[in-house]
Amino acid sequence: MEIELIVNGRPVAARLEPQQLLLDFLRDDLGLTGTKRSCDVQVCGACTVLLDGLPVSSCCTLAVEAHGRDVLTIEGLAERDEFAAIERAFARHAAVQCGYCTPGLVLTIHALLAEGALATEDGIRRNLAGNLCRCTGYKAIVEAVRELAGTGNP
Amino acid sequence: MSTKVETATRAGTAVGLPLERVDAGEKLRGQARFTGDLDVGRMLHGKVMRSPLPHARIVSLDASRAERLAGVVCVLTGRDLLDLPSPLYGHALKDRPIVAIDRVRFAGEPVAVVAAEDEATAEAALALIDVEYEELPAAVTIEEALAPDAPLLHEGPQRAGLFHGLGELGEREGNVCYRYHIDRGEIEAAFAHADVVVEGEYTFPAVYQYALETHTVIAEHRPDEITVWASCQHPFLVRAELADLFGLPLHRVRLIVPYLGGGFGSKSYTKMEPITVAVARKAGRPVRIRNRVDEAMLTTRRHGLRCRMRTSATAEGRLLGREVELWLDTGAYADNGPRVTATGGDAAPGPYRWAAYRVDAACVYTNTSPSGSYRAFGATHVQWIGESQVDEVARRCGLDPLELRRQNLCVTGEELRAGGKPLDADLIGDVEKVAEAIGWGRPRQRWRGRGLSVGLLAAGAHPVSNATVRLESDGIAVVLVGTTEKGQGARTVMAQIAAEELGLPLERVRVQGADTRYTPYDRSTGASRSTTLAGLAVQRAARDVRDQLARIAGSDPDPDEYVALMRRHFGFAGGELIGVGEVRPRGTGSYAEGPVFWEVCVGAAEVEIDPETGVVTVLRTATVADVGRAINPKLVERQDEGATLQGIGNALFEEMLWIDGQLANGDLLEYRIPTLRDMPAEMTCIVVENGDGPGPYGAKGCGEGALAAIPAAIVNALADAGVPMTELPLTPERVWRRIRELEKEATGG
Repeated sequence: MEIELIVNGRPVAARLEPQQLLLDFLRDDLGLTGTKRSCDVQVCGACTVLLDGLPVSSCCTLAVEAHGRDVLTIEGLAERDEFAAIERAFARHAAVQCGYCTPGLVLTIHALLAEGALATEDGIRRNLAGNLCRCTGYKAIVEAVRELAGTGNP
Repeated sequence: MSTKVETATRAGTAVGLPLERVDAGEKLRGQARFTGDLDVGRMLHGKVMRSPLPHARIVSLDASRAERLAGVVCVLTGRDLLDLPSPLYGHALKDRPIVAIDRVRFAGEPVAVVAAEDEATAEAALALIDVEYEELPAAVTIEEALAPDAPLLHEGPQRAGLFHGLGELGEREGNVCYRYHIDRGEIEAAFAHADVVVEGEYTFPAVYQYALETHTVIAEHRPDEITVWASCQHPFLVRAELADLFGLPLHRVRLIVPYLGGGFGSKSYTKMEPITVAVARKAGRPVRIRNRVDEAMLTTRRHGLRCRMRTSATAEGRLLGREVELWLDTGAYADNGPRVTATGGDAAPGPYRWAAYRVDAACVYTNTSPSGSYRAFGATHVQWIGESQVDEVARRCGLDPLELRRQNLCVTGEELRAGGKPLDADLIGDVEKVAEAIGWGRPRQRWRGRGLSVGLLAAGAHPVSNATVRLESDGIAVVLVGTTEKGQGARTVMAQIAAEELGLPLERVRVQGADTRYTPYDRSTGASRSTTLAGLAVQRAARDVRDQLARIAGSDPDPDEYVALMRRHFGFAGGELIGVGEVRPRGTGSYAEGPVFWEVCVGAAEVEIDPETGVVTVLRTATVADVGRAINPKLVERQDEGATLQGIGNALFEEMLWIDGQLANGDLLEYRIPTLRDMPAEMTCIVVENGDGPGPYGAKGCGEGALAAIPAAIVNALADAGVPMTELPLTPERVWRRIRELEKEATGG
């Protein structure tokens, strides 16, 4: 099949098999390895990318579903101005350890901050529960998010 | 940060400061490379065919249909191992074939590997391999494996692995692959004269480490050289095992380790490397094998445990004796089971002033997936048991559990194990700190409870680490150290130590990841040893460079003068100063003289139980990171927080379940790990710096203790709320049933 889409602000055209996953398309065909594979069953959030601005698990999304749509991966977000604040907050709070969950988590946070879904403690707990992190114990991530949402002490 | 600091006043340029991680930017931007992100030319993809049966003889195996599938390059089977000196590996016991030869011992054991041009083809080819099995009786639980008529998993004499390190091998004894025994004092007397005896039987489940990055290995085999890119924690030990298996000298085996996406012990020692090298050898091309999560769960896990323990005391609450029997389920192959068993045995008495104690620990083969290391192994297994008995003694004596601990805990310098390292920490001070942090002694509501726990973990493994620091002619120092960066912050800490010694800002220090061709030897990244031992080697290497600079300058030079000094020394803008650092044991290095240090496992928790549903909520936790000296206090806290959440998972809901020898919850839909919702509302880490560690600046390791301490504190908090438990995890069903039982007992029903 042939698809056309926007990836990180640039038009992309590709021929691919209908069963190819968006995760494999991004990693193997486009070399965007910042998107990580872990659970394969839409539980861990490591493969999260933004599809038309909304977080999706690319391990459970077909590449053809992205036809005609806009995909943002961590490599694309890192080029944007808004990324600087996220990078500062995460680095300052040491909210990065092994870094494997980080790209998916950062994309999720970026999307949810824009929606105002992380403005409360309950919102953070509920809305970020779909991104697993085995290293941090989450406290550092919550501190970084509070800072970004303007609800905590920087 | 200043770059102009006198040597005498340099303290504080880097060490002791909560500096940002050196790898944060790379990781946040998705630029950090993990093994699965690499593509080496002409690389094939390997998929593993796994046994469907827990115990069986392989009657026949025909891979010819799979080999004819377009895109398949080869299929590895046991027959391909016949030319090796021995196809068996295992760092403790050589008991495991690279791929099954004539028999399978657990459901999930690799039987064949397909190497194909892409993963989908390799996967499709697995269905074309025809295997006929003759099923054998299986022993899938500890009880079944210890039964007098149990099927034997292994026969013939035991063979020690390259890193057995546990003394003489005994005669093979049924399905027991290792025994650890401690006998101290007159144990019978310690019980005969006791006023209080607490006893019980306990169960701890098998647990999955879940590093988000699953085991991933790329291997290339040329006739006299093996190159491996691997998500492994211990590259030098893997190198030695591969060299031994494939008959090459050490320098002909090269391990390259990019960033690791978590480890927690799951990538310690040798895992998927031998099978990947073997298939690459047959294919004549590089091959990558990447475990899915379900395969990672079958590759390694935490040992399940059965325990019988009793503790005696006087009516005044003086602890007298403890007797412990432990059985650890190591699965079909020993992996790190013997060490886990010994460490559990060492942790079992707890750091109290006993008149006598006796520990009998056995490591048992079963027809289930192999168990290895998982953060704070041994200590996590037994601390909750011993500490629940200490609390029960306190209850029966009418004493506050904190007061009972004050009276009975060993103090700094006291001997813990005959001939071993004496206590090197202030445990009473530590437990008082966590007690205060959770409001110990304040009134509490019904169905809420508070618990404390204290323990020690033998840490450091074998103390051998080398490091090199190269000061380049542009004034940048490059640290070569074999420690792997798995998220703990090793590269940051090593950079801070070198920066401190050389008076350089952190950005002028670079730490290279492990590549055994170039990085000096480091025994392993685990057992909380890196800051203490590899860090000490880095400190010595950096000091060596500084000494060389001082000799060149004729006095202790200012870091701003380094470039000019080197230019003068070499006569042009080139050359480099190379500093070397070595750490080795002071004695013979035997385990009995150890450990390198005792890692402190002290924590406290407050929980709430919903009596209608049995759901346990952890409201607040406190842990002590008793690190001697925090090289980076921020990273120390982050270690404890991560271990705390793992402790909550281990205590409350994580459990691998087998039905008829099959792992029944083998993926993340059915095996749950803690999410952000499980984080306690209050999580406190207290960093204690008494300068009492053997590492650089008085440092000692951290990051594991909280995982042993938290389940114990939670169990004690439940008992404080009136619901004593003897089986983990504390699932709602288990807790609910216990509450009903207690109600029945209370009403005499």
